Amino acid sequence: MSPHLILRVVSKLLIPIIVVFGFYVQFHGDFGPGGGFQAGVIVAVGVILYALIFGMEEARRAVPPAAVRYLMAAGVLLFAGVGVATLLMNGAGEPVNFLDYDALHPDQSHHTGQHYGILLIELGVLFTVSSVMLAIFYAFAGRIPDLPDEDW
Amino acid sequence: MLDILLERFNYIPIIILMMTGLYVVFATGNLVKRLVGLSLFQTSVFLLYITLAKVFGGQPPIIADAHGDDHGAAAAGHGAAEAVLYSNPLPHVLILTAIVVGVATLAVGLALVVRIREAYGSIEDEALNAADYSRDTGAAG
Amino acid sequence: MTDLTQYLDYALIGMLLAVAFAIVRLRNLFAVVMLMGVYSLLCAAWFVSLDAVDVAFTEAAVGAGISTVLLLAAMLLTAREAEPSKPQRHWAALAVVVAAGAALLYAVPDMPVYGDAESVANAYVGRDYLEQTPHDIAVPNIVTAVLSSYRGFDTLGETVVIFTAGLGVILLLGFGGRKREPKGKPAAKAAPAARAPKAGKPAKPVKEEGAS
Repeated sequence: MSPHLILRVVSKLLIPIIVVFGFYVQFHGDFGPGGGFQAGVIVAVGVILYALIFGMEEARRAVPPAAVRYLMAAGVLLFAGVGVATLLMNGAGEPVNFLDYDALHPDQSHHTGQHYGILLIELGVLFTVSSVMLAIFYAFAGRIPDLPDEDW
Repeated sequence: MLDILLERFNYIPIIILMMTGLYVVFATGNLVKRLVGLSLFQTSVFLLYITLAKVFGGQPPIIADAHGDDHGAAAAGHGAAEAVLYSNPLPHVLILTAIVVGVATLAVGLALVVRIREAYGSIEDEALNAADYSRDTGAAG
Repeated sequence: MTDLTQYLDYALIGMLLAVAFAIVRLRNLFAVVMLMGVYSLLCAAWFVSLDAVDVAFTEAAVGAGISTVLLLAAMLLTAREAEPSKPQRHWAALAVVVAAGAALLYAVPDMPVYGDAESVANAYVGRDYLEQTPHDIAVPNIVTAVLSSYRGFDTLGETVVIFTAGLGVILLLGFGGRKREPKGKPAAKAAPAARAPKAGKPAKPVKEEGAS
């Protein structure tokens, strides 16, 4: 517990900033570098840092493995669901392709449909990437017995 | 001939790096180090693709004035084709997803190595071969 | 070609080569894994210099972050030291690598010229994306536009690959909720350990145990 006091304090300060930065990267990905893949990894890194410093039990209470499992599938379903939705929302009577976001909104001149589509599928990518990274980490870390202090 | 190589000098260190990764894969028996070699190789291939996309004097492919919804189309009409050079975005897209897929597949490989360690007690390939082909454990393997 | 950033590139290439050779030489797996993280970070620095900011971002987060953590975890679960391999194996590997490298070097003169905006690799579809994105999608970051709109189906495939890889790891290793029982009874432990990773169902009681 006590030997890692500095690590605990610093990571307590850093973890919220890491996660907020991850969401910034996610939602600012249209305008600057970033997007769902990077944001997913960064959010997962925040939780992994928490698990490394405070232990697996605490991390599992914060982000339960069941939620991780559902999010993994939910991301892929959201992504594919946007594709199916574009197929169904055949507004203007024209044939629409899978993942053709222009169908999502009638406002063609401002590309609103494209923006909605990109937002939604990036959200799907965020869910899948971050939860898969966490699931992989949980799978590996669940096998490791607690490290003795001399291994730090 | 030297001119041709000098114009393409970037490929030579990248090929050396790729071959270094390949060498690690072939020369070591330790499965974890072999996976490290594989990701060394993989990262060097990423470098190869990204150097292909480099344009001298270019900018990162983020267009500054395509931002507003109102004048996006209008600005693009005279903005995009102007003198500003951008690097090629296509290899960036391919490699961006490849990196994340690469770490996911690396995790699968490591999970297999961990299971192999639990089943055999070793991750050196010669020990694994010996365990598989020896007469004592032939039935178990 | 005349700008000063080329010296930065040379320095990065030199460091990459040094790190790669160090990875070949070392047998301590902890050092190897750490050097792999350094290699990824150097790659990310070079990506920034090559104007690929998105890729640099991903490489720094994934290569230097997640994959180092995963490799360390795998190292903890397996071995700390790689055993030296036989000398004839080194020579065989060297022969293969030299042959493959010579073939690749032979192909270099056919590659596009470095940094050429008019090369075949840069002049066609990549430039079309640059020119069409403001009309079609109106998103400033072309990489995001190509990734999620023009090649959205491709990205869906990548996402499914990541999902499948995560599923594979869970099937191989379980969800990590299982408590390691005291090592006194290996036979009793072996049966659930062998069963849990195979089917998805035994993970259920495990999860409740972790939550409680």
